[in-house]
Amino acid sequence: MQRRIFMKRLVLSAALATAGLTATVPVLAADTIKVGILHSLSGTMAISETVLKDTALMAIDEINAKGGVLGKKLEPVVVDPASNWPLFAEKARQLITQDKVAVVFGCWTSVSRKSVLPVFEELNGLLFYPVQYEGEELSKNVFYTGAAPNQQAIPAVEYLMSKEGGGAKRFVLLGTDYVYPRTTNKILRAFLKSKGVKDTDIDEKYTPFGHSDYQTIVADVKKFAAGGKTAVISTINGDSNVPFYKELGNQGLKATDVPVVAFSVGEEELRGVDTKPLVGHLAAWNYFMSLKNPANDGFKKQWADYAKAKKLPGADKPLTNDPMEATYIGIMMWKQAVEKAKSTDTNKVIAAMAGQTFKGPSGFTAKMDEKNHHLHKPVFIGEVQANGQFNVVWKTPGPVRAQPWSPFIEGNDKKKDEPEKK
Amino acid sequence: MDMRASSLRRVVAAALLALAALVPSLPARAMAPEAVRALAFGDNDAKIAALGTLVAADDPQAVPFLQALADGEVQTAGESQVLIVKGAAATDALTGASVSPLPEARDDVVINNRVRRVVAGAIAALKLAASDRAIRLAAVKALQGGADEEMLPAVKKALAKETDPEIRGLLELTQATIQLSSPDRATRVAAIRALAESNDPSTKTLLLGLLERKGDAWAEADAEIRAEAEKSLRSVEGRLAAGEMAGRIFSGLSLGSILLLAALGLAITYGLMGVINMAHGELIMVGAYATYVVQNLVRSHFPGAFDWYLLAALPAAFVAAALTGMLMERTVIRFLYGRPLETLLATWGLSLILIQAMRTIFGAQNVQVENPVWMSGGITVFANAVLPYSRIVIIGFAAAVLALVWLLLTRTRLGLFVRGVTQNRPMASALGVPTGRVDTLAFGLGSGIAGLAGCALSQIGNVGPDLGQSYIVDSFMVVVLGGVGQLAGTIYAALGLGIANKFLEAWSGAVLAKIAVLVFIIVFIQKRPQGLFALKGRMAEA
Repeated sequence: MQRRIFMKRLVLSAALATAGLTATVPVLAADTIKVGILHSLSGTMAISETVLKDTALMAIDEINAKGGVLGKKLEPVVVDPASNWPLFAEKARQLITQDKVAVVFGCWTSVSRKSVLPVFEELNGLLFYPVQYEGEELSKNVFYTGAAPNQQAIPAVEYLMSKEGGGAKRFVLLGTDYVYPRTTNKILRAFLKSKGVKDTDIDEKYTPFGHSDYQTIVADVKKFAAGGKTAVISTINGDSNVPFYKELGNQGLKATDVPVVAFSVGEEELRGVDTKPLVGHLAAWNYFMSLKNPANDGFKKQWADYAKAKKLPGADKPLTNDPMEATYIGIMMWKQAVEKAKSTDTNKVIAAMAGQTFKGPSGFTAKMDEKNHHLHKPVFIGEVQANGQFNVVWKTPGPVRAQPWSPFIEGNDKKKDEPEKK
Repeated sequence: MDMRASSLRRVVAAALLALAALVPSLPARAMAPEAVRALAFGDNDAKIAALGTLVAADDPQAVPFLQALADGEVQTAGESQVLIVKGAAATDALTGASVSPLPEARDDVVINNRVRRVVAGAIAALKLAASDRAIRLAAVKALQGGADEEMLPAVKKALAKETDPEIRGLLELTQATIQLSSPDRATRVAAIRALAESNDPSTKTLLLGLLERKGDAWAEADAEIRAEAEKSLRSVEGRLAAGEMAGRIFSGLSLGSILLLAALGLAITYGLMGVINMAHGELIMVGAYATYVVQNLVRSHFPGAFDWYLLAALPAAFVAAALTGMLMERTVIRFLYGRPLETLLATWGLSLILIQAMRTIFGAQNVQVENPVWMSGGITVFANAVLPYSRIVIIGFAAAVLALVWLLLTRTRLGLFVRGVTQNRPMASALGVPTGRVDTLAFGLGSGIAGLAGCALSQIGNVGPDLGQSYIVDSFMVVVLGGVGQLAGTIYAALGLGIANKFLEAWSGAVLAKIAVLVFIIVFIQKRPQGLFALKGRMAEA
């Protein structure tokens, strides 16, 4: 009997304590708005994702210095999903349910995004995804601030086929073995076919994540290139790019003979690679650090100062890149949308995001499409220089609207260009 | 402009050319100003046209300017000034006068791949008349497969003067590639026949072009010429196949040497001592980080000796990993001898501790270990097979480490003790061998070799806390396949797996090759659990 009474008391006091706690939560929340940051800080993707975490923190600092959002400071919650895809989902759930963040900025690889997508849809969270990807997805809970295939991959291949780009006739599609390269290559294959390129002139190759021995691949590319003017389209992701580019340089595969255009290699990935043998290899992005305009000068300076103040690794040579720009634009647009909606409520913010504009470091005004949750962005193609920077050799006259459902995949013409309403 | 040039000017030009090769910064004086301006201000088509006129004029004085253009050192100022800027010094490309102070508003002259290719060809064509044989040879090699019609006069002129048989041969091939599109039938046939001797992949491209069908018509209308082209193509392909095979065997050897390095330490700790060391990969990682630390120390204290930091890094990697290993052995593993399951779990725990320790000390991101200059680039053995220096060095290094281990195990007292203890521990102990100390030293040796492997791996791959994870499975694979307790088995297994993996990769792709190798090992171990080389006699039952 005694014990039961004790138990009852315990339950009662626990209930009281929770009640007290819930009562205090609104008070706490009134002080800050929590913002989740979900980027791999270890593992194979850390080479690319760590700077995005720092970029997000820098943007949050900037917003807080100007008084925050709706009069409240932003409070970042940083978690490390460690390049482990199921862990991404776990961490996302933790951010939304335990930390009660208003929004999450995160993910790089498509497999990590696919892993967190059900969590955001189930809990009605909000994710800003800052990296170019393969399209074929549209969720009401996600805003895609990176490029869709028609804002990166297709223009790059068109350039390679043009006279300026070398007039490539044969293509090696080389990627890491997961959903982004496979889907992008599917789209590119269909696109190349529509341009009259035969199947025998396309060679598709995949390597596992973290692959480090590119001898055979580079030798095979050389062999394939003997059959006609060849270009390599690389969707290799993460730190595999370092051994890949080292092997290219060591085996003397020059850009003037076989240009390699990469969709996941920017200034940050080439840090520490000797770029002298790589001069002329290409990358397609919506932003390059080398762009000359006042907005970019400001962005670069802000990043350099921030990196130095926080003593970030590599602060002696601060680099900016496309996904950093996309992260920055995403955070700034979210802030604008929250101010417009006067709330951090997911549905209200989603509604307010439509049509938001922001003058980004690319020098163009990026606009969030009214319907399809993707940005209108300009496309740049750059060649690697001896100093590791990219020199823009081709660009679109203005921002391009994204086509998340690529017309080069069968059945996409019937898909709606906006997320399903739940 | 060369048409009216006096012979005196030619002599001067030749002398200047020799100088130009030595002093690339020497400004060009006598180039046609309109060509220079077109190269600096014009669009890409204008640039390429200007390069054509420069090559046609065969004026070697253009070389320094073109080299500066290729190196991205040409800038423009204002409407007409063209500068060659090297660091803080600048010269006017047209007058050759040095310009100081530098004008404030300058624009880089930026070229893309298309122009870069033509610039490289033009430089090579203009260097064909150089007096230094090495420069001529490099120039004619650069021209292989990249020659344009404008270069024909330069090539012909060089051919008329050339006496060196090797350069002559290459020049003839270059001439043939240009003459492939000659309107004259006899010239074309001769060119095709000459190309049969080529071993350059780009020749294949050219010959294939002749055999292409464009709609209903052939690219080459003459059936006889097509037959000739096919004959030459087969001969070129035969030679290319040889280069390909050489490249493939080399890459197999290279992968094998890496597997051998990674597995050699394990062959001692697991193979000879029977410790299932799951932290073996982390010992490799410790060696790689030791290399990184030494690299940084050398860079900050002896920047002049940076190219040779690896010599200091080798002992450091060995000692760091060996000490880590001996510490592990003394504190954890020695209490678990004869209990494989517990050893496995304990060493796995140790591996996690080591990874986390490195994350805490050096951060979770990969650190940069740079190659010394002498390890960049490679030797061209065939036109289509380049053997990178870094991999050649690692193959040699693996062989050296192997020889040392073998000597140590067979020729020294410690080696004798190690063999004695592994073969019969109680008997060795009864004969006065300090088995405990021998265990520690042997484990330290195995760990130290893992550290050496880490030092080598840092030169070709990424160095991060997870480095070891990607090698632990491969290492065990090699040791188990080779037969536990056998050094020779480890060698055969490493090289065999390396070459098999590379040939499979060429045939089925990297992902499937990895799976195929694992499947093969599973099947093999089922049929022959003792591995390639089994211990014989009484030892086998122990």
